[in-house]
Amino acid sequence: MIDPAYKKKMVVVEGSYAVAHSAKICRPNVISAYPITPQTHIVEDLSQFMADGEIPNCEYINVESEFSAISALIGASAVGARTYSATTSQGLLLMHEALFNTSGMRLPIIMTVANRAVGAPINIWNDHQDAIAQRDTGWLQLYVEDVQEAADTLPQIYKIAEDNEIMLPGMVCMDGFILSHVYEPVVLLEQELTDAFLPAFQPENILDPLDPKTFGAFAAPDTYEEFRYLQEQAMQKALPKIEAVAKEFEEVFGRFHGGLIDGYMLDDAEIIVMSMGSILGTVKDVVDEYRARGEKIGVLKVRSFRPFPKEQVKEAIKNAHAVVVLDKNISIGTNEGALFTETKSCLYNSNVRVPVTGYTVGHGGRDIRAESIAKVIEETKKVAKSGIAVESRFLDLKEELL
Amino acid sequence: MKEIRIHGRGGQGSVTAAELLSVAAFEDGKFSQAFPAFGVERRGAPVQAFTRISNNPIRLRSQIYTPDYVIVQDATLLETVDVASGIQDDGIIIVNTTETPESLKLNTKARVMTVDATKVAMDIIGIPIVNTVLLGAFAGATGEINVESIQHAIRARFPGKVGEKNANAIQKAYKLIRGEEKHE
Repeated sequence: MIDPAYKKKMVVVEGSYAVAHSAKICRPNVISAYPITPQTHIVEDLSQFMADGEIPNCEYINVESEFSAISALIGASAVGARTYSATTSQGLLLMHEALFNTSGMRLPIIMTVANRAVGAPINIWNDHQDAIAQRDTGWLQLYVEDVQEAADTLPQIYKIAEDNEIMLPGMVCMDGFILSHVYEPVVLLEQELTDAFLPAFQPENILDPLDPKTFGAFAAPDTYEEFRYLQEQAMQKALPKIEAVAKEFEEVFGRFHGGLIDGYMLDDAEIIVMSMGSILGTVKDVVDEYRARGEKIGVLKVRSFRPFPKEQVKEAIKNAHAVVVLDKNISIGTNEGALFTETKSCLYNSNVRVPVTGYTVGHGGRDIRAESIAKVIEETKKVAKSGIAVESRFLDLKEELL
Repeated sequence: MKEIRIHGRGGQGSVTAAELLSVAAFEDGKFSQAFPAFGVERRGAPVQAFTRISNNPIRLRSQIYTPDYVIVQDATLLETVDVASGIQDDGIIIVNTTETPESLKLNTKARVMTVDATKVAMDIIGIPIVNTVLLGAFAGATGEINVESIQHAIRARFPGKVGEKNANAIQKAYKLIRGEEKHE
């Protein structure tokens, strides 16, 4: 049963509502909106809040495409506004060009991405291909496990992104439909606590006619490389900041969802299942069944994919007998998901020698059942025994359709 | 954990029913989760929605394949949808129909119960919307949630006259399925 004292703070709402509410509580100055399933409810709820006068000192801009949505925010952020938008899938792909402008101009724009597959073929369901395709755009990427985390991560990512040492844009990635359309009990962010946690946006440099500066201007070969270096430095500074902000959030709100990573039954785990997003809940349920039988299986949640926490991941898996990585995306041509590639890569120049195997899962919203996770764990037990990692495979492939 | 699958047609409020069920379970102090079978729904097409209810936080994110309970809003679905699919042997299937459970000839070991929710809806609400009515029948048949919690959820969602009529219809269906009242 829910602790009655805690229940008083909770309410059953749709995931999109909890996120929209959280965005409102973060006091944005400019929101740009272009609807696309399954993100639509977030900007609809924000539109309602605006119409009801619940977001003071904010401009809500209906735009005619996602490219305009991000472009509008680039201008707004450059003059010192706290900005928010939400998108998914083809919409996020349409933003791709401007995502580089955002990070290159060091504008801490924040978006929620309700992760969805990309076409062709046309598919509106969940996977992570859309956000993973933005891997190299210089945006912070935090992946969340449930609705509470999707809501709680917004003030955290604003605080990280707007730090004057960091100044990078960020996306909170939540599984489309699975989290955006689920109703579950959550604590909606309190304005007073959030105001105490998240200070006003105070950038050192803004566009101001009285103090003219140039953003995103020409950089010839003699300076361009240094811009990229500084972006990378900012990402490295974000690593400890993400940890610190998660802990600070816990002190203020009493909830912790992990910093860069989070472990479940990890300390003595011989086999570790690694993944990002809502699939982790299903994995934890399956791991409980294994634990009840005395089998040492653990879960490593990767919350921050950009920056990628190499040291923390290495440390978390160093004593495992085998690691299996579940990716809701694929880099076609490598037969690997992005997290699998990163995990193997961070082990190479180290003394950690753990066999790592991978699966790409849930493409285009294919439901991931507990039985399939158990199958993955059984296969990984074989890897632990033989010490020979099998490269990545597709989970639940329907051979009869090929 | 108890798992509930609701079968309906696009426009019949299956998702709303699943949501109200999760709100009512929460009222009872339980953890709950409600979600649709995501798709490109059209009015009249078969749809499904799901609710999980548990004493512990719910982490499972897959769809529901082996439900404890099934609610069927429209008996014409029985011709095209296997509503009994995967149901637990000790589960309950509640069908909105004027027929008897036996005459439906469902291929299942689960208990089949019927209620004329359409008549209840027409008599009390005045329109043939049965999603909330069936939640009353669900409370009566399963005892998983308090009927008052469902009524509270519906009053909160639809304040005023509409909520009140629905609350009355919920009460009627609750008593009908428990055999405590008959149709007038």
